[in-house]
Amino acid sequence: MEQKKFAIVATKGTLDWGYPPFILASTAAALGYDTEIFFTFYGLQLLKKNMDLKVSPLGNPGMPMPGGMEKWMPVLITALPGMEAVMTSMMKKKMASKGVASLEELRELSQEAEVRLIACQMTVDLFDMNPADFVDGVEFAGAARFFEFAGEANITMYI
Amino acid sequence: MADFDDELDASGLNCPLPILRAKKALSGLDAGQVLHIIATDPGSVKDFEAFANQTGNELMESKEEGGKFHFLIKKA
Repeated sequence: MEQKKFAIVATKGTLDWGYPPFILASTAAALGYDTEIFFTFYGLQLLKKNMDLKVSPLGNPGMPMPGGMEKWMPVLITALPGMEAVMTSMMKKKMASKGVASLEELRELSQEAEVRLIACQMTVDLFDMNPADFVDGVEFAGAARFFEFAGEANITMYI
Repeated sequence: MADFDDELDASGLNCPLPILRAKKALSGLDAGQVLHIIATDPGSVKDFEAFANQTGNELMESKEEGGKFHFLIKKA
């Protein structure tokens, strides 16, 4: 049986949206899929050695908050200085208490399982990012490189 | 519970860690050897079934006991 292939485009750079690409990629690899993630725009934050990602309650009415606060708290409050830092710290504590892996751990497990990480060269140039800030083993390439793999993939996802 | 060759305690770990740790533990076993996995994540019941179906490793036993989930997986 030919090995199945799984291609992901990761476009978001927040603490919450950083999870789906690495959870799915590491799991797919464990199930025997040949897996690649193409990181573009804000998704490139997921490749940095020091990720320092945040989660914002602003503009996110679906985000559960302690005590069901999201049901009555005015949206404007979520824009106050410091709210993002508070919510990020609470989210990280919550995740640790529920045995949810850190993004760094999931990324490491993905790389151990030979998931290939590809950084969009155009976005790296656009945002003047320094490739030295990225984890080892990242490949730098363009859209055509993504299609080389995704064109033969059994599953392709845009996250 | 039947005999096993190795044991993995994934208690307290959440998706997808029990599966990833089990995959790693299985890679250290020989074909035919059995891994006993202990987990507390309720999602792991369906996940280990799906893992076995997709990887060809046999899920010999799956049960809940003392508030924990126990799985026996025989390496293909």
